[in-house]
Amino acid sequence: MTMRHATPDLSTPVSDEIRQTTCYMCACRCGIDVHLKNGRINYIEGNRAHPINKGVLCAKGSAGIMQQYSPARLKKPLLRTGERGSGEFREIGWDEALARAAGWLDDVRQTDPKKLAFFTGRDQSQSLTSWWAQQFGTPNYAAHGGFCSVNMAAAGIYTIGGAFWEFGAPDWDRTELHIMFGVAEDHDSNPIKIGLGKLKARGVKLIGINPVRTGYNAIADEWLAITPGTDGLLILSLVHVLLKTGKIDLDYLIRYTNAPWLVIDDPAAADHGLFARDGEGRPLVADRRTGIVVATDERSVKVALSGSFRLADGRSARPVFEGLAAKYLTPEYSPEAVADRTCIEPATIRRLAAEIADAAFERELVVHQPWTDMKGERHETMVGRPVTFHAMRGISAHSNGFQTCRALHLLQILIGSIDCPGGFRFKPPYPRPVAGQPRPHGGSQKCTPLMGPHLGYPRGPEDLLLEEDGITPQRIDKAFSWDAPLSAHGLMHMVISNAHARDPYGIEVLFLYMSNMAWNSSMNTSEVMRMLTDKNEDGGYVIPKIIYSDTYSSEMVAFADLILPDTTYLERHDAISLLDRPISDPDAMCDSIRWPVVAPDRDVRGFQSVLLDLGARIGLPGMADPDGRPVYRDYADYIVSHQRKPGIGPLAGWRGADGSKTGRGEPNPEQIRRYIENGGFFELHVPEEARYFKHSNRAWQDWAVAHGLQEGPMENVFQLYLEPMRRFQLAAEGKLTPQPPDSHRNRIRSAFDPLPVWYPPFADTDSAEVDFPLHAITQRPAAMYHSWGSQNLWLRQIHGTAPLFVPGAVCDAHGLSDGDWALLTSSNGQIRVPVARMDALNGSTVWTWNAIGKRKGAWALDPAARETEQGFLINHLIAELLPAKGDGLRWSNSDPVTGQAAWFDLRVSIRRDPDQSLAVSLPRTGSQVSPVGQGPATVTSSGDLTR
Amino acid sequence: MTSLPRSTDKRLGLAIDLDTCVGCHACAVSCKEWNSGGSGTPLADVDAYGAAPSGAWLNRVHTFEITPPVGAAEIVHFPKSCLHCDDAPCVTVCPTGASYKRGEDGIVLVDEALCIGCGLCAWACPYGAREMDPVEKVMKKCTLCVDRIYNQTIPEIDRVPACVRACPTGARHFGDFADPDSSVSKLSAARGGLALMPDLGTGPVNRYLPPRDTRRTQTATVDPPPPAETSATGFLGWLDAALERLG
Repeated sequence: MTMRHATPDLSTPVSDEIRQTTCYMCACRCGIDVHLKNGRINYIEGNRAHPINKGVLCAKGSAGIMQQYSPARLKKPLLRTGERGSGEFREIGWDEALARAAGWLDDVRQTDPKKLAFFTGRDQSQSLTSWWAQQFGTPNYAAHGGFCSVNMAAAGIYTIGGAFWEFGAPDWDRTELHIMFGVAEDHDSNPIKIGLGKLKARGVKLIGINPVRTGYNAIADEWLAITPGTDGLLILSLVHVLLKTGKIDLDYLIRYTNAPWLVIDDPAAADHGLFARDGEGRPLVADRRTGIVVATDERSVKVALSGSFRLADGRSARPVFEGLAAKYLTPEYSPEAVADRTCIEPATIRRLAAEIADAAFERELVVHQPWTDMKGERHETMVGRPVTFHAMRGISAHSNGFQTCRALHLLQILIGSIDCPGGFRFKPPYPRPVAGQPRPHGGSQKCTPLMGPHLGYPRGPEDLLLEEDGITPQRIDKAFSWDAPLSAHGLMHMVISNAHARDPYGIEVLFLYMSNMAWNSSMNTSEVMRMLTDKNEDGGYVIPKIIYSDTYSSEMVAFADLILPDTTYLERHDAISLLDRPISDPDAMCDSIRWPVVAPDRDVRGFQSVLLDLGARIGLPGMADPDGRPVYRDYADYIVSHQRKPGIGPLAGWRGADGSKTGRGEPNPEQIRRYIENGGFFELHVPEEARYFKHSNRAWQDWAVAHGLQEGPMENVFQLYLEPMRRFQLAAEGKLTPQPPDSHRNRIRSAFDPLPVWYPPFADTDSAEVDFPLHAITQRPAAMYHSWGSQNLWLRQIHGTAPLFVPGAVCDAHGLSDGDWALLTSSNGQIRVPVARMDALNGSTVWTWNAIGKRKGAWALDPAARETEQGFLINHLIAELLPAKGDGLRWSNSDPVTGQAAWFDLRVSIRRDPDQSLAVSLPRTGSQVSPVGQGPATVTSSGDLTR
Repeated sequence: MTSLPRSTDKRLGLAIDLDTCVGCHACAVSCKEWNSGGSGTPLADVDAYGAAPSGAWLNRVHTFEITPPVGAAEIVHFPKSCLHCDDAPCVTVCPTGASYKRGEDGIVLVDEALCIGCGLCAWACPYGAREMDPVEKVMKKCTLCVDRIYNQTIPEIDRVPACVRACPTGARHFGDFADPDSSVSKLSAARGGLALMPDLGTGPVNRYLPPRDTRRTQTATVDPPPPAETSATGFLGWLDAALERLG
């Protein structure tokens, strides 16, 4: 039978109009083309011209349309009527909501500003939120970096003046070997995928080092199932082999690093281990021919990398490199010594080192582009060492994470592959070394702004934020205290537990934005829920007032008192700013905007506009004029007219009255329109001469200064040996003030090694090896971002369930089969989970997809949804504090340098639940009433998506 | 029974690179999005926010674990959609003529006006590439975005299937397999593109590019260099000599 078929209409227009804005389905910030039909969003695709995604779009991005139509969207401000956690609210108007919030905030500001803790989560407006908190005068502000990956950022800034992801990227087009450590499917999402596609197209070898083989590691040409927490040991063993075989770039080390700098060798002195400096504070080096000691900027000197040299004061000093070589050439870093712990064979480690050396030195790249370095020397070519690395939380979320991240940068530096052709490349405005970074600012005085930004990079103990006793932390999260001296992103994960314990003090108002602290954004979820609901004897809550802003009906909503409903990302203005978390490409400075491509159909307001409104209501300097009137109409007005310094504002493009200036220039009222006309972003290419060696490139410096990226020229010498670390050690040794309390001295002495070092994660004690023989970690799925995805009817069909994946041998040993229920136990508690067998996994590691479990009643899901019945969080097993060790102290379960939450240190044991009758995960976490009802049963999308 | 064209002028299809696919589901979701607003009825979802959500998808990514006798376990992500077979059993089995293969380009389509939702085609398809819409009860399948690839209202560069347009790793390639000089034909030839279950005689047009051999030949790369410290002076002796060579 042959039929005549009605030919489908092959040329139906997709939409009436395309509006170009920026995605917010994760932190990647791709450009999107949003198609509208009859004023409704009916299709979203990638913006081909956009520097981040170049047209492609991930699963989350395409599913953004279902986030826009999510039934979990909050509709109106809410005031709690039931107990915290119940989800019982009444809807109120914005006038009432804002008056109430302003009243609470103003009371605190008029009395004791530190009683406000303002923490934002996956905030992409930190330059606004931090400024607001600074103007308020509370020292208690940070975003979620302390929970996420501050080890990566801080180690990078201190060592090379940049870091992976937002501060730099692999040279995907030129590298000859790419190695990924601890990278799951995100950060950054599409650029990594695009880059991996390029590697594959060129046949470049990709090595994945991760306990779990999923996603990117699945396509790795070689995958190494490393034991969690031992990456630093593997890296330093690679360093050992490279040193031993002489496969290092000495010329690079001499030119761009502190390898030749002299370190004072005078064990009894208060400056032992600090750099020898001249009268002007310039570090000194020695001439290896004459032994004469001169300042580092002396060009003619042939620097020594080893030997002992006499300083002007008669004492001796040795080059950094000598100590470095001695440290890593010791047998403790030999492949044989690290093999058992890392689970990587010695021969594999040697071969890996050989492959790195082969790509770096035998396949050297030469780009014929003349350039001039910061010492004034002209180079005819740019020589590249085409080996790249990328790393993320897998290496950073450990209690040895800072040193591990430093070790990786050390490896990159030794082979000369930072910001060279084929290597790791900085993205504007980076590099920005510590010298160009602020110090942290604290203090708390009535109605008085802080003197500077909260978050910064301490140079030594003198920069800590301590009370006059030199011990008590100023901040509620104890950032920049002896607990976590270099906590450059704060410690969001400690805020609730410290506030609950009133240690160092109680607070009055907890103000959170876009952070699911009652659920997956906390360690120890059950305990945090208890702390949020705990009451005093007088019946009031221990944490008295909680204001929360979110777009959706998340778990945290139920635990707050006052809800300020935010818009979706398609209904708002935003600036993805160079002052904040930039989206630049190594070859271009870039920023972008969001703008309301549709108007909200609910009584909601963009959080940033609400924040400015609150600031004006309570008269914060810069937000209210002397007559008390708002300075900014809304966030869009702020984006265009706010100036951080004269001529410098949130957006770099189309500045100046006529839009002709870039980076520096007076505000342009038409700036947002210009961005919209350009597809929602701004991009200015870096001149060819300035594209590599930015840390020491005169053309880059001139260009960066001209375009407002930095205030003046800034040489960036890579810090193999990190002097600020040594300064903390000296304090611990009693040679510098302030000094840590005695309880902290040993910890600081050992963790603050000025050269990268490996030590076992704190949870890896001898007893843990016996009682909790397995490591437990999570991976983030490519098609889901934190807890946001489960409300999305498309994404939850992809990741609606997540078992605990268990190595085959462990399954066999415990009689576990797919679908069985197992009890997973840590020193902090027990959870009941469904299991699945997996062999592409380190043999002592179990894992699950991150944040699939949901609380009953949240996210407009059916209370019987799989996410609530079978879904689970391993967070219940993790504590903010380590188990007691008999010294009377409970140590923080965080990196001792930066305070990064060490949630990948988790140790567990597993057994089959003898009772298999129930098909539910444990613990049950109660339920919350949904303030937005439950999503519809059937969705045909016809009302929204039809073309 | 419905007839197939004797031959088609073009054989449009996809080459899917399994060495590059990271299993991110970008293709599956962009497909769902495009085809929910496409020429047919929307791809529905039932129990959307409930205990057992399910919906019609034209492209799904499956994940397989391979545990070879020697070497590390492997994970392969396998996106699967209609293969637009030359001898499509889903067409010949159709009792109403709703399922058909286009003579001009070989695309297999369903005329929803004629589809009675009997499901025979889904039974006949050995690949499981057809899904019944849970609301409209008509059969849904990959159209190769026939309403994109000829769409004169979108830029020419975008006239490719939505999955190809979205794929972040560039693992999906679209073209004419009837033309030996097309990019997909050449890519498939170069990479040993595989037909899925060819012994069934369905003549699938799509090709899967298998993981490259590099994954199993990883150990045959570079020999470790000799130690630098062979001289009696050890590492520091090497260092001195190396510095002198730098000048």
